[in-house]
Amino acid sequence: MDLVQLQRQLVDYRTSLYHEGFLDEQFTQLQELQDENNPDFVVEVVSLYFEDSERLLNELSKALEQQIIDFKRIDAHVHQLKGSSSSIGAQRVQKLCIVFRNYCEAQNVEGCLKCLQQVKHEYSIVKTKLESMFQLERQILNAGGSVPV
Amino acid sequence: MEMAVDKTQFHVLAVDDSLIDRKLIERLLKTSSFQVTVVDSGSKALEFLGLNDDEHEQRDSNSDEDQDHQDLGVNLIITDYCMPGMTGYDLLKRIKKSSCFRDIPVVIMSSENIPSRINRCLEDGAEEFLLKPVQLSDVNKLRPHLMKARSNERLFDQH
Repeated sequence: MDLVQLQRQLVDYRTSLYHEGFLDEQFTQLQELQDENNPDFVVEVVSLYFEDSERLLNELSKALEQQIIDFKRIDAHVHQLKGSSSSIGAQRVQKLCIVFRNYCEAQNVEGCLKCLQQVKHEYSIVKTKLESMFQLERQILNAGGSVPV
Repeated sequence: MEMAVDKTQFHVLAVDDSLIDRKLIERLLKTSSFQVTVVDSGSKALEFLGLNDDEHEQRDSNSDEDQDHQDLGVNLIITDYCMPGMTGYDLLKRIKKSSCFRDIPVVIMSSENIPSRINRCLEDGAEEFLLKPVQLSDVNKLRPHLMKARSNERLFDQH
């Protein structure tokens, strides 16, 4: 695939992520903060997000396996995940966290378990999509081109 | 009124327990040409300023004579509200109690839009309350507060 095709593919892919609600305006804000002096800003922040989210999802799984469920602790973790998802524009994950918190407040274990599964699912989708997008960007750069804004 | 020639860079102390949000606020502030120090808790913020967590200040609070605090040159503090241990609100109260630092503008950030929370912070001395995720346009709103604080400083500085 030539450079122009790659660039077009990237723009289309990115657009689809917004249209399908995976990403929101906040992701655009992140891109606007990237420049020649900070060329890897977006990848760095998103990598931090991946690490942090995986840690939180593990904590959530463990917390929901306990004999006695600590809803306050679970809510604190979900609050964090909601915050970081919002900060990078991971809209679907963020929205699910809102639902999750409602179940925590209602102390509904079944609801929480279901939500956790959904959050894990949405998270893994957005992670895959962002990684694909970053790979496309790398291909473009390697081909000597610039990443379209 | 003629302003004396001065460095126009402002130093912002940012406080947030979230690693991602720290990275974000740092980039936002640096993009807006602020000098930035980022810490992950209210107690670290107080430590940076040279204040104790408790009611008593470490140094003598004669602010016109004690230049040590001024040399840190913190011109604004921007803090997350929801933090474990000391909340952003607790930090705000602590700063406003300090004779050395009470004139430093404090801005609070929160992901939750709770009117009673916002009002309480503003009533207790916060200059602005920003909803997360914080944008570049929000950071641009900070400059007037910094300019005002600086010109107030000059107004009372007879040297």
